[in-house]
Formats: sequence, C-alpha cells, structure tokens
Amino acid sequence: MRFKDVFSIIGPSMVGPSSSHTAGAARMGRVARQLLGSQPVKAEIVFYGSFADTYRGHGTDLAIVGGILDMATDDLRIPDSLKLAEEAGIQVTIRTGTAVTSHPNTAKMTLWSDSRTVEVIGASIGGGNIEVLGVDGFDVKFIAMYPTVCVYHTDRPGMLAELTGVLSRAGINIGHMDVDRKQRNGEALTVIEADSSFPDEAVAEILGLKDVTDVRIVDLEGGESAT
Amino acid sequence: MRFRTLQELEALSTSENVSIGRLMLREQSQESGRAPEEEFRKMADYWQVMKEAVRRGLTEDTTSRSGLTGRDAQRVMKRVECGESSLGDAAARTMAYALAVSEVNASMGRIIATPTAGSCGIIPGVFVSSQERFGWSDEEMTFGLFAAGAIGYVIANNSFVSGAEGGCQAEVGSAIGMAAGALTELRGGTPEQAVHAVGLALKNTLGLICDPVGGLVEIPCIVRNGFGAVTALAASDMALAGVRSVIPSDEVIQVMLEVGTKMPEKHRETAKGGLAATPTGRKIMENLYGKKRK
Repeated sequence: MRFKDVFSIIGPSMVGPSSSHTAGAARMGRVARQLLGSQPVKAEIVFYGSFADTYRGHGTDLAIVGGILDMATDDLRIPDSLKLAEEAGIQVTIRTGTAVTSHPNTAKMTLWSDSRTVEVIGASIGGGNIEVLGVDGFDVKFIAMYPTVCVYHTDRPGMLAELTGVLSRAGINIGHMDVDRKQRNGEALTVIEADSSFPDEAVAEILGLKDVTDVRIVDLEGGESAT
Repeated sequence: MRFRTLQELEALSTSENVSIGRLMLREQSQESGRAPEEEFRKMADYWQVMKEAVRRGLTEDTTSRSGLTGRDAQRVMKRVECGESSLGDAAARTMAYALAVSEVNASMGRIIATPTAGSCGIIPGVFVSSQERFGWSDEEMTFGLFAAGAIGYVIANNSFVSGAEGGCQAEVGSAIGMAAGALTELRGGTPEQAVHAVGLALKNTLGLICDPVGGLVEIPCIVRNGFGAVTALAASDMALAGVRSVIPSDEVIQVMLEVGTKMPEKHRETAKGGLAATPTGRKIMENLYGKKRK
C-alpha cells in the first residue's frame, strides 16, 4: 500500500499553495536543519527540475528556508521566512541547477554552523511526502516519516551488529535501514528508521561505540505543532 | 487496514453495524498503534484548521503571491447574500466556502491537504456549509472526516490522488468522491449509499486534465474546487434519493487509473499543455518567470 493511513489522505496541515512544492520543501529544509543539529549561519540551496522552474510562484524558497529555521509545514511564519532568516543573521543563497535528477522536484541543501557542515539532497514526491536521497555524499535513502538516526562511523566488521544491538536492548524496532560507505574500511553512514523515538541514553550509547564519529537524529513528527 | 476496496469497506461497515467514519477511526488506531482518542484529537484539530481557513478566505485579503487570484470567494458570497444566486443559498455557500479555502491556500495560508493542497477546498466547503445548515456537532464532523479519509485511502491505493500522476481527476475528482460519500453518511445514508455517491461523483470527473497556468495552484484549480464542492452535494443527493452507480464504484476507480495512466505528460501538472499552454497562459508564464518554456 502506497498510502498507509488516514492522515496520508487527510493532511498534512500545511501552509499553501502546494503539497509537493511547499509542504514537501519545508520538510526537506527541516531534515537538513536537524542533521546539522543547530541553527545554521549560512545556507545554500540549489533547486532542480520543476522546483527550479516554478519555485518562486509556489513559495518553495520560503518553505525550504522555513524548514531550515525549524518550522513545521503549517507554521504561519513560512511566508516571512527569508526575512526572518536575514534577521537571524543567516546568509541564504538560492540558485537553480540544470543537472538531470531522478525526480522532478529535487533540491540540494548545504548548511554551515560554526563547527559543522551538512549537505543533503532530497526530493519532494507528492502530497507533502519526501525522500532524502543523499547526505554528505553518501547515497542513503529515507523518508523522514519515522524517527530516524544517522550514524557516521568507520566501515568495519561488527559495526552494524553493535549498532543494532543498542537499539535492540532499548526495545526499538527497525522499520528500514540503509548503509553507504565512501570506500572499504573508510567513512560510512548508516541510516535507521524506527517505529519509536530514540531515547537519549540509546543515542549516547551509540555515540560511545568504537569507531562512531557522530550521531544525528531526524524526527519531524516529534516537533510538529499539528501532531 | 482490513479493506482495500470500497466494496470491502461497505461490507465491513455493514456487518459490524458501524459507520464508515467510526470504522476508519478503529482501523487507523490499529495501524498507527496510537490510542483512538489521540487519533481523533488530531483529526478534530484538522477540522478546526478547515473552519478557520473558510473564515479567513471570506474575510481576509487572499491575493496570491503571483497576484493572479484572490477574493473570488468574497465576490460569490456577496451575490449569495443579495439572494441573487441561481444555485440557491445552500449550494452557493458551499461553492463560496470551497473557493475561500482554495484562495487561502494560494495565498500561503494554512490549510489541510484533502487529499492534496490543490484540492483542499472541496471537503471544507461541503463540510463547513453543511454543519451550519444541519447543525451537526464538531464530533460528527470529525467522524465525517474519517469517513472521507477511508474513501480517499481506497482511491489513493487503487488509483492515484496527485495531478502529476493522474491529472485533475485524481485530485479534484477524488476530493469530490470523498466529500460526496462522507456527506451521504453524515446525512444518515447507509454505507451502501455512501459508496454509490463516490462512484456517481467520480464518473463526472473522469478525464479531467491537470493544466495549471504557470504551474501554480491557482488557475484553474481554485474554480474547480468551487465547482467540485457543488458536484459533491449533487452526487450525495442522488445517492440518498436511491440513485445507484450501476458501474460499481471500485470499477470507476479502475477507470480513473486507466485514463490517468494514458494521459499525456503535458496534461499532468507540467504546465506544458491545456490551459497553461494557451496564448494567454503562456503570456502569464513569461510574465511570472521572465522566460519562455519549451
């Protein structure tokens, strides 16, 4: 079943005008923000395909920046997000790209904080639903509908067993996972979508595992005002 | 969910002697693992957003970011209030409310996607005007939204609900079917009558293309929401009067799938055909984006 529940039909609660070009864009921006882990000082957004053609008319730029400011899809401040970002001292650049992408509504977002940079590629696939297609050069996919943990680590035997062991002990059920590495024994990123949110202790335990360099949590439902 | 088709939905609802709306709440709670009260509260909140969108659309400036649309709901309401509407007060109000919500959407106000933002006016238009007219409680309206959601769930999983996939029939058409079925139940119809209302409504929008001018959710989306809401009333009236969809509603959904799959790409939300590609449509697009599009 492509549509799993009643709220994928009635909902989301959102600021218009387009579930794909506005609500989906806001969710993509918010994923990038959560992966960075803090308010950025600088953001660069590149729109492709239909996003590049019509982003102004749909307020896709306002929505994605709203998401970067941690706004939910129905946050009434979205129409003012560019102004709010400026007031917050965030340097925002918006460009269009011509690269051929697998989905018409694709964006690349790069965010900088004082200590960190994150690059996220995502697509808005309709009805406010999104698909993250890549994080920091890793080809990992997730849809941000569930609590998601992104674990940066070194590629080595036993890594995934230790990681899933932590989740198992915390009673967390894994719905989907994806792993990509830059090279054998090199940097890797594991993304896990779970049926319940990740307790702080479990996150700390994962971060304490040998060869884990960073852990990021994406949980859009957790903070949304309408839910 | 224990149903995949409208026939199964009707059978479950009939055999368990429960309305489609109440059945859907149970199924939703089962699917999400959250308490029925929690799921009900979320839908009740959505209902308040819908009512607020109607109010805003009728009272505030709804000029869109492109400047192409706005305040049409208020124009229609003025005519209703003068007693001049050819549709009659009830249907004309429904139309005005649907336009209001669609205009709030186009002007970056808050709405509930039902099932999409492009078709967000139809269900609130029908529901809010009917609540005023028949005096139903917010609780009944919320169950009505679960009923609409159950119908939409079947349509979406057997066909589609986005213009990019299946044309406007999939967005506005689905919303009309959902509104018609739910209204039939709210007015005391049986699950069987509600399902007939869906089929009757869907047959009327088969083949409708998605051809938004400039790619924006404005022209012709907003007026189609107004027309769509009135059609939902008509389909519900027919079903409650005993008119049946001789071609079963599930088979009509399959026709929507067949037609949408065959629909040319230029007629599926790409703004490359239909109204978007008319001389005026192209001119508007050039003014908006300052370039010609192939």
